[in-house]
Order: sequence, then C-alpha cells, then structure tokens
Amino acid sequence: MDGLRRGAAQPMSVAHPHTLETTIGLEIHVELATASKMFCGCKVAFGGEPNTRTCPVCLGLPGSLPVVNERAIEFTTRIGLAFNCSIASRSLFARKNYFYPDMPKNYQISQYELPLATQGHLDLDTESGPVGVGITRVHLEEDTGGSLHIGGSGRIADSEYSLEDYNRAGTALVEIVTEPDLQTAEQARLFVAELRAIVEALGVSDVRMEEGSLRVDANISVRRAGEVEHGAKVEVKNMNSIRSVGRALEYEEERQRKALEAGEMLVQETRHFDEKTGTTSSLRTKEYAFDYRYFPEPDLVPFEAADEWIDSLRANQPELPAERRLRWKQTYGLPPGDVVVLAASKATAVWFEAAASAYEGDAKKVANWIIADLFGRLNEAGIGLAECRIAPAQLAGLVGLVDDGAISGKQAKEVLGHMFVTGDDAAQVVREKGLEQESDTAVLAAVVEEVIAENSEAADKVRAGQLNTIGFLVGRVMRKTKGSANPKLVTELLRAKLSG
Amino acid sequence: MKPELHWRPATELATGLDAGDLTSVELTEALIRRCDDVEPRIAAFLQRTDELSLESAAAADGRRARGEALTPWDGIPVAYKDIFVTRDVATTAGSRILEGWVPPYDATVVERCSAAGLPMFGKTNLDQFAMGSSTEHSGFHPSRNPWDPARVPGGSSGGSAAVVAAGGVPWAWGTDTGGSVRQPAALCGIVGVKPTYGVVSRYGMVAFASSLDQAGPLTRTVEDAAVLLSTAAGHDPRDSTSVPDGPPNLLEGLGEGIAGKRIGVVKEFGGEGSQPGVRARIDAAYGRLERLGAALEEVSLPSFKHAIPAYYLIAPAEASSNLARYDGVRYGPRHAAPDIVAMNSKTRADLFGAEVKRRIMIGTYALSAGYYDAYYGKAQRVRTLIVEDLKRAYERVDLIVCPTSPTTAFKLGERTEDPLSMYLSDIYTVPVNLAGVPAMSVPCGTSPDDGLPVGLQIIAPVLGERSMFRAAYAFEQDLGWTGSDEGRPSL
Repeated sequence: MDGLRRGAAQPMSVAHPHTLETTIGLEIHVELATASKMFCGCKVAFGGEPNTRTCPVCLGLPGSLPVVNERAIEFTTRIGLAFNCSIASRSLFARKNYFYPDMPKNYQISQYELPLATQGHLDLDTESGPVGVGITRVHLEEDTGGSLHIGGSGRIADSEYSLEDYNRAGTALVEIVTEPDLQTAEQARLFVAELRAIVEALGVSDVRMEEGSLRVDANISVRRAGEVEHGAKVEVKNMNSIRSVGRALEYEEERQRKALEAGEMLVQETRHFDEKTGTTSSLRTKEYAFDYRYFPEPDLVPFEAADEWIDSLRANQPELPAERRLRWKQTYGLPPGDVVVLAASKATAVWFEAAASAYEGDAKKVANWIIADLFGRLNEAGIGLAECRIAPAQLAGLVGLVDDGAISGKQAKEVLGHMFVTGDDAAQVVREKGLEQESDTAVLAAVVEEVIAENSEAADKVRAGQLNTIGFLVGRVMRKTKGSANPKLVTELLRAKLSG
Repeated sequence: MKPELHWRPATELATGLDAGDLTSVELTEALIRRCDDVEPRIAAFLQRTDELSLESAAAADGRRARGEALTPWDGIPVAYKDIFVTRDVATTAGSRILEGWVPPYDATVVERCSAAGLPMFGKTNLDQFAMGSSTEHSGFHPSRNPWDPARVPGGSSGGSAAVVAAGGVPWAWGTDTGGSVRQPAALCGIVGVKPTYGVVSRYGMVAFASSLDQAGPLTRTVEDAAVLLSTAAGHDPRDSTSVPDGPPNLLEGLGEGIAGKRIGVVKEFGGEGSQPGVRARIDAAYGRLERLGAALEEVSLPSFKHAIPAYYLIAPAEASSNLARYDGVRYGPRHAAPDIVAMNSKTRADLFGAEVKRRIMIGTYALSAGYYDAYYGKAQRVRTLIVEDLKRAYERVDLIVCPTSPTTAFKLGERTEDPLSMYLSDIYTVPVNLAGVPAMSVPCGTSPDDGLPVGLQIIAPVLGERSMFRAAYAFEQDLGWTGSDEGRPSL
C-alpha cells in the first residue's frame, strides 16, 4: 500500500524543498438503516414529531439498560468486510463520557478498545492513478439526540434556551476512520463518493448527507515537503454534500498554503464550512483537551464473532462498486468515464444493468442513451431515477426500434420525450404519433423516381460518379415524405437507380 | 400461642390466607397499624403507599375468593428500597437530585412481584444512590435500628432492613453493591441475600456500580428469602448481564441439612478484625455448623485484603459515569444559571450529597487519561485475583463462612466524619460483589457485649444459591433464635 501511495504522490512533493504537501484524514459517521435503534426497540426514522420515538432506554432513564441490536453488529461487520478490515473475534463496547444535553445519559455507548473492525484499506482510482487509503477502524456507537437553540443566531452560545429532541438518540451509528493517506481535496471527495457507493451497495444505510445519515469530518494539514511532523491539524466540520467536501477542503488547503507561504504559523483548531460563501471559519481556536474517560460498558457483555458467522457474511456480500465497474469494463466494454457515472449510485447501476440485459445489442448504446439523454431529462425535471416513469426495459425497447430502422435516431429522442411523460412503451408512442418510418420499397421507389425526375442535374452528377451528391437527393426524398422515409432504404434505392 | 400478625413470616401468612383465616386487606391493615406505630422511631420509609397497597390487597382477596390466586403469596405486601423504579410512584434513589421524578415504568423485580400478587407497601430509605453503610447518607433523613434507635440500621438498604426487623412488613427488597443487603440484615438481626450477579435482573434498578449491583431480599426467615428471591429471579431479556437460566427452585430440598458439607473458614478474616462480641457469636456459629455435620477447614484468600481498595476504585468509577445523567436537564429540580455548564454544576453541587460527590470525584479521577491503568486497570486485575482465589478455594470446600460485619450496629454520627471507618464496615462483604458469587447473612444471635444482633455470612460459588440456602436454613432452624422472643427487638 505504501508503494501505491508513493506512486500517486504528486510531483510537487518531491520537486523542491519549499513545496508544500497536504495530508487529509477522514472521520465518517454512517447512520444504519436498522428497523429499530441500537439498544432498544424504538423505530428508526427521519424527522417526525419531537420525542415521539423514545422509551426509557433511549431516554437513558434511571434504571434502564441497553440491549444490543444484533442486526447493527452485522451491518457494521459487513461495512468492515467491504473495507477489507480484519474483523475482531471479540469486541467490546465502551462508555465515552462527556456532558451535553442532547446525550441522555451524558455518556455515549461507543467502542474504544477492540472495535468490531480494524486495519482495512480501500484502493481509490484517481486521475493520477490508484491511491491506497488505510482504514484505521470501523466501530459501532449510538447517535445523540438533536438540540434546537432558540433565540440569538441559532447557535448555543447566544441562544435564550434550547429544546431537545431525542427521536434520533440511540440510532445505530458507524464510525469509519481513515489513515491520513489522502493528499488532495479531490481524493477526499472521491473517497467519500466511493464510501457512499459501497455503503449503499451493502444496503445498510440511506447514506443521505442532507439528512445527516452520512456525516463527514476531515482533518487536514499542510506542511513543507520532506518534514517528518505533520503540520498543525485543522478539523473541518459541516460539509453537507460530497461536493462540499471537495469545496471545503480545497478552500482550506489553499488557506493553509497561503499562510505558510506568507510565513504565518498555523494553529490546531476546528473550522466550520459555510456552504454559501465556500469558506471556512474558526469554531474553536483553543484546543480543548477532552478526556472521555473511556471504560468498558458494564451493562453489556463482550460480543464474540464466530469465524463461521464472519465467513457467511463475507460469502453473502453483494457486488461492490469496484467489482461492478471491473465487470462492466470486461463484459460491456464500457469506457471508464461511463462506468464511473453509471456505478456512482446503486439506483443508477441497477437501472443500467436492467436496461442492458433487456437489450440485445451493444450495451454501450444503452449507456449512451442513459447518460446523454435520460439523465438530461431527469435533471431538467429535477427528479431522480426512482421517480422516472420509463422502465429500463422500455429504454432498451426504444434503442431496439432505432436498430431495426423502425425510427430514426432523431425520432427516437422525440419518442423518449413522450415516454418520459407518459411512461408508455416506445412502440406505442411511435404508433400513436405516426412516427413509424416508411420502409415499403414500392412506396419509396415511386417517390425516388419523382425526385430523380425533378432533379435531373443532381442525378446526372451521381451517375457520373459524384457519390456525395446522393445525400442531396436523399434529403429531397425525406422532405417529400415529411421525414418518415427510412433514410437507409432511400439511399439504397437511389444507388440502385443511378448506378445504371 | 401464635405471634401477632405482623410478626408472622410470609410462608405462615400464606397458609392463613389459603385457609381463609385471614384476608390480604386484614393483613395490610395490620401492617399499616404496625408501621404507624414504629415508623416515628425507625424512619424506615421515604414513601408509604397505603392506599395503593390496600387496593392491591382487595384485588388479591378477590382473586383468592374466586380461586384464582396468582401464587401462594398473592396478597402479602412487600416494601421496595427506593432505588427500584416504580411506575407512577415517585422514585428518588434517596437523593434530592431525583426529587419529584415519577417513573413511567416498573423495574423487572417490581413487575415480577406484582405479577405474583405482592402489593407494594412503600418505598424504603437508603443512602443516596446506595452509597453508604448506615442510611445516614440519605438525602432526606437517616433511618434507625429497631434494636436501638440511637444506632444505625446499616446500609445502604437500611430502610428495608429496619422495617422488616421491626415487623412492619414480612419482606422487602434491597440492593447490594458491596454489602448493602447483607450488612444491614446483620445489624438488624434478619436474613439478607446477595444472589449471584445476574440472577436478578437489574432492569429498573437505579444504577450505582453496574458490574456489582445486585438486588436481594431482606426477610426474617430463610424460607421467606427463598420465596421472595425465586419470585423475581431468572433471565430477563432487558438485562444483557442477566443469567440465561430461569428462577432456581430454592424451596426444594431446603431442609436437606449440611451433613458432610465441607465449609471453609476464611483465614484472613479471623482474629483481631472483629469486635470480641461478634467473634464470640461467629465462633459459636462455626461450632454449630460442625455439630450439624459439616466439616470445617481453613481456606486462605490472600487477595481479599485488596478488595476494599479495588472496590473503592471500581464502584466509584462506574458511579461517576452512571450518575452523569443527573444534570438538571431531564428530571429533578433544576438550578437556574447563565449557561448550561453552570446549570449542570450548580444543580449537581447542591443536590448530590457529600458522599456521592466524593465518589464521583474518586471515580472521575480513576478513569482519567494517564491514571486509568494505575487505578481502574489495577483494580480490575485485583478483581480477577479474587475470582481466582475463590475458584481455588471452592475446589476444596462447598461453602465459605465468615462474619457479615466486623461490628454490631454503631451509633448515628459515629462514622459519618470518617469515610474510611465507614468503608471498613464492608470489609467482609465487598469481595463477594467483586467475585460475583452469591452470599447471605443469617442471624446468629446477639453480641454478649452489647446485646445487638450479629450476622453470619455464608458465601457460595457462582449459582450455588441452593446449597447456600440449605446451610442457612439448617443453621437458622438449629439456632432457634429467629421467631423467638429474643429474636425480636423490643421496640
């Protein structure tokens, strides 16, 4: 993995003693889509009337005790396997102690020693080649509730009072920590996109950054090339989309570079990303020395994972995005760009796969139709594939009509437009709109005769061997038939007539 | 001549109820009268639930009349240490920081006893969050020993011990983290049991030290203790640390005796450690066990001398975390302050008692970065040694005996200024919690020095409750003190 990382190192990091290099590590939280919470039977859902999905356990009422949701352990283990981690045969929960009103017990049940998964890695395809990213640990914990600060700016500091909603409290949360192996904002963005695709493929989380079921914090530092110590570590928070991860880190990298180049000292701090301005601002300059006083959770017993259980999870992992991309390259011969776009989300991948399997020709054509035409329509309508009225097999049917010569490519785009609105089959739209191409040789031959008679000069040129003039005659036929003639057939007829 | 109703053990009351000689309402009324009489002198309760218990008693009488009694004990009231969470009945854990909190649910112990038909008689006093050995650390008022109201009933389950010893109820529940059932039982001259860790569900018990807390019955007879424990014991899916088995049938073979049993006497607990009067009673008890056919031999448990320091790191460490939730945000009174941290601090500083704050600070320190290994880590290693020492001892003996407490009941105020002397009250009981094994205190008469009760502690291996109860029963029956006039305080 070290070799990989060095191979991908940017040229600037070895070129000049004064060049700067960037180090980024990520801490990612994923809310699991288990039916019930981590330690009680309360339902897991987003939003809702405050404090309606609570019970003595997730409210941390005196006397209540946690009971582990085994499904959450399974989900976390599967995430660990997807990141090539080593899975602990014995795992412990621990209490992380700190005071905050959104945490009902003023401690969070988390993992410290012996997390469920450690020492993983993920190979990232970047434009400058593969980058190996080490995964330090994957552990399971409970989520906190949420605070609503009333009055002032909406932050706790100047609010008049705060309200607590414990609906989210106790939701199973997975923390994934990477090694500081990422060297650019773009790599970090790619990593988060890949992580989201992986977790989505596993089906263990909604991974919706805007709803907070996927949360990313980044540690970024810039140092002079060749220095052994990392630079002052800056933690960046509040990145609410994958795009924001790229923007925030690009800004932060630039800010630190400029500061270092100007000879300024960087301080260890936490910074807040502002979506609107695209800048970061200091949240806490003074580094608090938090002491979480971790100790093994006495209310729970250690979790023992049998080898057979881990093996069965490994055997039943779904196809992951990297495997899928490789397979598409091999079986469909798709270009890398198309593969990345189509494999970016589970919904797209499944949709493409279904369309490709319903189609008899070259899958590349289907891929083109999806990327070039269908995505455009979806974007325009502002909807996702889930709401698309066209089914994958219907798109395959449309492409098939073009292949058969039943309609032209241009007509097909029009047909797609109708299908997008009605959800009807391509053939039905073609029939209803009278869009079928005229392929009857007898009918077309008569028109061809007419056109030759009316354009004798052009016809003569073709006879004399100027074959490019044939296009002009084809155009005349198309105009006469109001575009319904099969152009391929028309060309053939003209050739036959004029080759004498 | 039969004793007055309030002095009768539950097993005898059950016979009366079954025969129709007595109704649950009559019994409950008699107990209310008795408590009205003795309560001014012993202050055992934080809250009496007379109305509720009479209602439940009437319902029990109805069931019995229809031949639908839930159990033989249906209609015999029980008192709960106010650390058991009770639905719609205020629960304080003895601390002002929980004042006014009305839980929305029942502890498993309460739920199971209710399902067996036992009316809740009230909530008894305790040292705040079960931290203490005298009930003087209650956030409300101290309780007093029925044998001498100038003296403490022990603690932390002092209220439950006092009311059972005074004939206020036949049985009550306590909790035992380092001796909090056994020590007050000994000091009040009754039976107190600390079951194997996990035998009784901790669900709904306000946590002090989660890895040590265990609920246990306080009764006047060994048989009643067996009944009450069996009623609530057994696996609870809501407590991950509860044993997988169902409740043990402790009544079966209770009278089998101890002939041929090998009983270990703890070498390290002999001699100077106890008051002479306690020693005299305990030595007599050992002689009695031998006469009953047991073979006594000395066992050495060298790690036991480290039990108190280890306990006073582990228990406070867990407590510091368990008690973090009492911050003025969700329950109890809230002290106004300009910001959240100040509000938390002010509320906690004012409403936790001194002993609770002392332990929170010890525990916070023991878990701090840089000190964890030296304190909490080392204490856990001592705990392992204690488990191993006991395991070795149980290869040679079936049971182990020693005093429950080194002294008889001490005077109120005698130890409150000296926490260490208070902590040493638990010197014989604490190792048991660290090891997770069961133990019980059974009365062995009164000290010749001061006429106050002395308790014999019987310690069994993990899940060895049945042999422990048989030994206690054989001893109790042979001694004949329980149920006799001298076995009752002249309150």
